[in-house]
Amino acid sequence: MTASQPAAPTLHLAQLNVATLRHPIDHPRIAPFVEMLDPVNAAADSAPGFVWRLVEDGTDDATGLRPAGENVIVNLTVWESQEALWDFTYRSGHLEVMRRRRDWFERHVAAHLVLWWIPAGHVPTVGEALDRLADLRANGPSPRAFTFASSYAATEAAARGL
Amino acid sequence: MKDIDAIAVLQDPVRRRLYEYVVAQGREVGRNEAAEGVGVARTLAAHHLDRLAEAGLLESGSRRLSGRSGPGAGRPAKVYARAPGERSVSLPGRDYRTAAELLAEAAERAGLDAGLNAAARRRGEALRGTDAPCAGLEEAMAVLAARGYEPHLEAAAPEGEGAGEGASVVRMRNCPFHAVAERFPPLVCGMNLALLEGLIGVGGPVRARMDARPGECCVVVEASKNNGD
Repeated sequence: MTASQPAAPTLHLAQLNVATLRHPIDHPRIAPFVEMLDPVNAAADSAPGFVWRLVEDGTDDATGLRPAGENVIVNLTVWESQEALWDFTYRSGHLEVMRRRRDWFERHVAAHLVLWWIPAGHVPTVGEALDRLADLRANGPSPRAFTFASSYAATEAAARGL
Repeated sequence: MKDIDAIAVLQDPVRRRLYEYVVAQGREVGRNEAAEGVGVARTLAAHHLDRLAEAGLLESGSRRLSGRSGPGAGRPAKVYARAPGERSVSLPGRDYRTAAELLAEAAERAGLDAGLNAAARRRGEALRGTDAPCAGLEEAMAVLAARGYEPHLEAAAPEGEGAGEGASVVRMRNCPFHAVAERFPPLVCGMNLALLEGLIGVGGPVRARMDARPGECCVVVEASKNNGD
């Protein structure tokens, strides 16, 4: 954040989703998912409204990081708007990953995706992201932590101090 | 305007042809172009296009064809495109959309993707009604059009001289499951792909494949890559 920002700072949308692998990531049944990682991540990087995604040092993705459990992979990204994130998630090559999610991931009973607003320029940490997911799971959707189906506008989140 | 009144506006044959012409272009269409496309006078086309916009079936806007703005840039031309809303009439009143949303929500929560896809594929096969898969893109387009997908050919890649069916993919302007697909995308788009696979037939000269992009159906139909590449 620079000090030269005007009174109302721009807000970006942060997104975390967690997925529990049904097999180790190097298992043949997970191979089709692993094959799609590079093209889908490249599509994200060039998608309209893409800002940032979590990448493990020395790799091109975050599948090696396991902050939420040994077999749980995390996907943490930042977007300029909810529409941009929605279009990438469901109206790009990423939809094919979503369509086949039952082949590779356990079904989650608790929420596995959380959205929240951040000041533009802020880089969310994994710990912060997992806190938002825990907030959503414990308290349901709120301006602090919400989902596509129950979203809150940036202005609403800003009015309540994010 | 109530749905039944909006739909009644389409009863006039000229108006109906204008509506269908604009919708089929998949972009903003000016009055002159619409009049020429349908073969009526410009003033008549303008009258009917405005009636369609009043009924909420088309959206109208203005665009300066000169590309300039401000005073002296010339009059903006009025342009029309399909309005995003949906209209439906059921007599007597029935509400299948709520039923579809509730069933989708339950299927999503229970993780019933595989069962739903199997049912969709069987339905597609039953709708196809023949044992043979679609023989080519033209036949596939006719089948898709009959199901309301509004198919159109799009050049796949600008390589070679681009002639022949192999160079094109069929994309679809309309998603017949739009409202439910927006709420449960992986579930309903997966169902849609399975339905289309059944409808087109698997193992034939054409195939359906997921290729989602904003504002269109998530599936494309293309020639199968069966004999090398």
